[in-house]
Amino acid sequence: MRTNKKQYSKMVKNSSPKSHILRNCIWAFFVGGTICFVGEVLIKVYTAYFNFSVGDARQLASITLVGMSALLTAVGWYNRIARRAGAGTLVPITGFANAVVSPAIEFKAEGFVTGVACKMFIIAGPVIVYGTLASVIYGAVLFVKARYGI
Amino acid sequence: MNYLWAFVVGGLICVAGQLLIDLTKLTPARILVLFVVSGVVLSAFGVWEKLVDFAGAGATVPILGFGHILAQGVEKAVAQSGFVGIFTGGITACSGGVTASLIFALIASFFSKSKSQS
Repeated sequence: MRTNKKQYSKMVKNSSPKSHILRNCIWAFFVGGTICFVGEVLIKVYTAYFNFSVGDARQLASITLVGMSALLTAVGWYNRIARRAGAGTLVPITGFANAVVSPAIEFKAEGFVTGVACKMFIIAGPVIVYGTLASVIYGAVLFVKARYGI
Repeated sequence: MNYLWAFVVGGLICVAGQLLIDLTKLTPARILVLFVVSGVVLSAFGVWEKLVDFAGAGATVPILGFGHILAQGVEKAVAQSGFVGIFTGGITACSGGVTASLIFALIASFFSKSKSQS
């Protein structure tokens, strides 16, 4: 009986982090997938009913998702979903928007300059900085390639 | 069919992010940075455009798609205006999402009480 208990607790210990990861991944898959599905619906609506080009519709769909995320963040729902969904709410563009809106609201008490406007960039800042760096490196490579025909 | 692939591909990209959260010590900010830079690299090698054709929003909505927009923007700008394009291409192309985030955040902060969001 005692060994059984021991074995059992060992089994629990071995399997619980795994199932934890599996559960998180399922949540991330369905919530992230749903956000992308909504994006696809928006793109279709913008191209079919409002005659936007595909490129513009994609941009506008992202902007719409950012707006929805801002609204849901402001009323506190986004972070409630994010607790379960993890990367499902972090990785889509709505997660980027949430990372901007959340600290903006949280630090309102510190004023609109040093609070809201500064803290907006806590996570967005590094994303923009390193994204821009990558694009500049890529651009430089393209430029050299075109100029010297490598 | 497009809707299904958008759902599946978008979901799988999020699972990749979730595995990074659960299996490594990477913080959300680092994961977002990693994904954006990866998006630029994947776009540079032409991988991402193919995925966009296939999965639509499943490839454009994840933050990797943000990197794709940066890479596409710099491609276009360098082709159009050469050296200056290296500096103008990226941010010009991604300005829509960034501007929307900043402005909506500002508006949201006007109407919300300062409270912990976590």
